[in-house]
Amino acid sequence: MSISRKEVEHIALLARLELSDDEIRRYADQLSAILDHVAALQELETEHIPPTSSVLPLRSGLREDEPLPGLAADRALQNAPDSEKNQFRVPPVLD
Amino acid sequence: MNMAADFKAFTVEELLTGLRKGSFSSYEVTSYFLDRIETLEEKVHAFLSLDPEGALKQAKQADTALAAGRTGKTPDLPPLLGLPIAVKDVLCVDGFPCTCGSLILEGFKPPFNATAVQHLLDAGVVIVGKTNMDEFAMGSSTENSAYGSTHNPWNLEHVPGGSSGGSAAAVAAHMIPAALATDTGGSVRQPCSFCGVTGIKPTYGRVSRYGLIAYGSSLDTAGVITNRARDVETILRVMAGFDPRDATTSDLPVFEPQNTEGDLTGLRIGLPMEYFIEGIQPAVEAAVKQAVKLLEAHGAQVLQVSLPHTRYALPVYYLIAPAEASANLARFDGVRYGLRVEDESLIPMYLKTRGKGFGEEVKRRIMLGTYALSAGYYDAYYGQAQKVRTLIKEDFEKAFEFVDVIAAPIAPTTAFKLGQHTDDPLAMYLEDVFTLPANLAGVPGLAFPVGFDDHELPIGMQLMGPQFSEAILFKTASVYQKFTDFHTRMPAGIL
Repeated sequence: MSISRKEVEHIALLARLELSDDEIRRYADQLSAILDHVAALQELETEHIPPTSSVLPLRSGLREDEPLPGLAADRALQNAPDSEKNQFRVPPVLD
Repeated sequence: MNMAADFKAFTVEELLTGLRKGSFSSYEVTSYFLDRIETLEEKVHAFLSLDPEGALKQAKQADTALAAGRTGKTPDLPPLLGLPIAVKDVLCVDGFPCTCGSLILEGFKPPFNATAVQHLLDAGVVIVGKTNMDEFAMGSSTENSAYGSTHNPWNLEHVPGGSSGGSAAAVAAHMIPAALATDTGGSVRQPCSFCGVTGIKPTYGRVSRYGLIAYGSSLDTAGVITNRARDVETILRVMAGFDPRDATTSDLPVFEPQNTEGDLTGLRIGLPMEYFIEGIQPAVEAAVKQAVKLLEAHGAQVLQVSLPHTRYALPVYYLIAPAEASANLARFDGVRYGLRVEDESLIPMYLKTRGKGFGEEVKRRIMLGTYALSAGYYDAYYGQAQKVRTLIKEDFEKAFEFVDVIAAPIAPTTAFKLGQHTDDPLAMYLEDVFTLPANLAGVPGLAFPVGFDDHELPIGMQLMGPQFSEAILFKTASVYQKFTDFHTRMPAGIL
């Protein structure tokens, strides 16, 4: 399995990661090697095997709806790189 | 103040008993360990943050409560009152920074406590600091920390293991009597093996993950490292329990310790043939088999078992964990906390912030996970991995029809040298072959020292049991530690 430079750039954009040229080259090689290794899974016949997404039996998440105090706005914002009027401030989404 | 006792040789139980009796104070004990940290930290680099003043203040408060307890005014003292501990920097502690070993969280101060931490604070512990780790718990050597590697106290040129290398090294160097750690693919057990200390990866769901900054949510567990199985058990029992804030916690009651007079009659121990393979360091295999012999001499029955899908654990893990990580780490986007690299518009701000804030291994796993989940590849990679995970889980279920616990090596080798694997991610991943299956199956694993190699580097063994069987693991390891002294040896070289 070989991952091209173009594919690495596409995945990086999906993952919202800016990568240097050097990183793109390195990740193309390394991801190809890792995908070769995980290809071993394809040799197993799993058509009738159910997938495991949780190792514990799932149970109902329902509970009584009791009001409880939440995190105060000033504490929720204490780590914000930028905030204004009790809200997180971000750069423009649209140009 | 009395002449300071040599607290480094004390077990957690002895510390707690002495504190309660008034033989010494929490202030004395906490000062003693703070002094050791100050002396050794330059060599070991186990910590990312310390709060000596806050810790001593907490210790004084504990001493006031302990004194009141001795007058009989407050008969029900919390169980860990006055015990200094450290916390891996992936668990949120109000008042401490929480970096996860990453630049992207530099300066982040969580506004709440993780539930496991809150249980311990309610039980009276004194938190002295946060320990070093591979960035976001991704690594097997602590070399992936953005804040420098931790060194193995037994030989400073070797890694302490990872990702909880700071916690394991701090306990091994007796800089702290106990340290919290987490295990997603071996991150409690492998550093315990490399540093010669005792630690538990509990059953998935035994301890709340609330406030544990997520890596692989279906695999993450929070545990603890000390120098003795009984002490690990005491602290785990306080951390454990149902938490309404974590829907995956179990509502089973927390287990009770099982008493033993050193007799293991009736216990069936399985040796999985797939864990004794070519490539394993001979000293590791010999020490594990010797340890099992000792358990046999004390009444246990030893049987061969097979976990036939063991060799698929590595590819399954390195699809599932990165896939979950790629989703979990999407939250680090420069908006609510941590680093922001400014740009005039939003998407470039995300790209630059995440490109600069994450280290190489974290980016590699985000890329791998994003690829495995992307359109056209989902079934072949993530979907197939989830199915094979079922087969791995069933291997354990079948084996546990015949045995009560499984004994196995933790890592194929003792601690490797700093820098030895840093250029080859796949070689580093192979360090985890024996620890990943327990995470994929959700079963508990208890790591403890069973010997040393020719270079005086510790060798660990793990006992795995069915889900929620921690009490049997602790009982078995306690019998072992009753008749051996590997867990009491100290790395004299660095002192």
